[in-house]
Amino acid sequence: MQPFTLIRPSSLSEASSAFQGDAAYLAGGHTLIPAMKSRLRTVVTLVDLSGIAALSDIAVDGDRLVVGAMARHARVAASPVVREAIAGLASLAGGIGDPQVRNRGTLGGSIANNDPAADYPAALLALDAVVDTTHGSHAAEDYFQGMFATSLADAEIVTAVRFRIPQASVYAKHPHPASRYALAGVYVARFAEGHRVAVTGATTGVVRWAQAEAALNAGASLEGLSLVSDELASDIHAGAEFRGHLAGVMLRKAAGGLA
Amino acid sequence: MKTEFHLNGSAHSADMAPETLLADYLRDTLGLTGTHIGCDTSQCGACNVLVDGESAKACTLLVATLDGAQVTTIEGLGAEAHLHPMQVAFRTAHALQCGFCTPGMVIAGVAIAQRHGGTPSEGVIRHELEGNLCRCTGYQNIVEAIRAGAREMYADAGTTE
Repeated sequence: MQPFTLIRPSSLSEASSAFQGDAAYLAGGHTLIPAMKSRLRTVVTLVDLSGIAALSDIAVDGDRLVVGAMARHARVAASPVVREAIAGLASLAGGIGDPQVRNRGTLGGSIANNDPAADYPAALLALDAVVDTTHGSHAAEDYFQGMFATSLADAEIVTAVRFRIPQASVYAKHPHPASRYALAGVYVARFAEGHRVAVTGATTGVVRWAQAEAALNAGASLEGLSLVSDELASDIHAGAEFRGHLAGVMLRKAAGGLA
Repeated sequence: MKTEFHLNGSAHSADMAPETLLADYLRDTLGLTGTHIGCDTSQCGACNVLVDGESAKACTLLVATLDGAQVTTIEGLGAEAHLHPMQVAFRTAHALQCGFCTPGMVIAGVAIAQRHGGTPSEGVIRHELEGNLCRCTGYQNIVEAIRAGAREMYADAGTTE
């Protein structure tokens, strides 16, 4: 790895002011460090967020479940608070990557990176989440801006995500057999006013699926429904049509699991 | 950068460049070559170690971020004369062929037993082994070894002290 300066601040304000030039924040490091090792990413100043207190708290606040940005996937998966409030979210976290990834990877790191095949973005969009940062807050709808793009400004740090607690929700994904990233992942959430459905993996960035939401709200059959979108991804792992079909299969699996 | 942590039960002080990865530090600086580097891209699990009791990929951890941590490598699990129950189980079940992935598998097995108790199901073990690649065995005997090792770990806890 190319040399860099490592800064380990103990507060958010120290972290923000340390972020100068070609800098990056280090959360769990399970995307960033491999990218730096392979020189896909050059970092001059690395600012480690692990020493900042209270960034990994998990609590229910009114109709929202608040998960700190540095909460690791394994902790979200095992948390009694998360399981009680949004079981689908705990189950999603328990299916990210592999155990070693879940032991280090964080919610904030995942959504700051916004990999188009990551699992968490689907949960944020379906659960009408709000992303709290050092600069304010972003509705999930505005936050995700396509492949690896977010509305975060330079030096802005995700501090927590506030998920709206649904009546019920389920996430279903078809993982790539080697990487465990979603070839198609569908998060279905039911709220008093209707359903929200978000798709990851199948498209070049997380999207809501209006047609699926309408069908669920109308109590219509989901048989034969495939995701049709200009944004379907196509690569060596799967073509666009197959991904659209898989999204339909995952939709039916998730909807079938709604309590 | 100076970093203080515990390594295999003893206080340890490292003074390394910030970009030093734990796997390289263990192997190249300390000569603890039981931690293997299989892929170097955070996928194969051959470099698994325990950090604060949880399995982690040493190739994806910066030594300088380990202040205060408890790190256990395969060398710290057991000695040749007194192997860890999971090591014994791997030997008994013949859960290896070339042996390259074995240290990471044993560490993963210990972590599985710690997380799921003495009787993890085959399904749980296979799900929890998603981060460990073996190119020889087909996993069958590894799963068997982890079942047996987990049982022994808890049997030991029940019979000693």
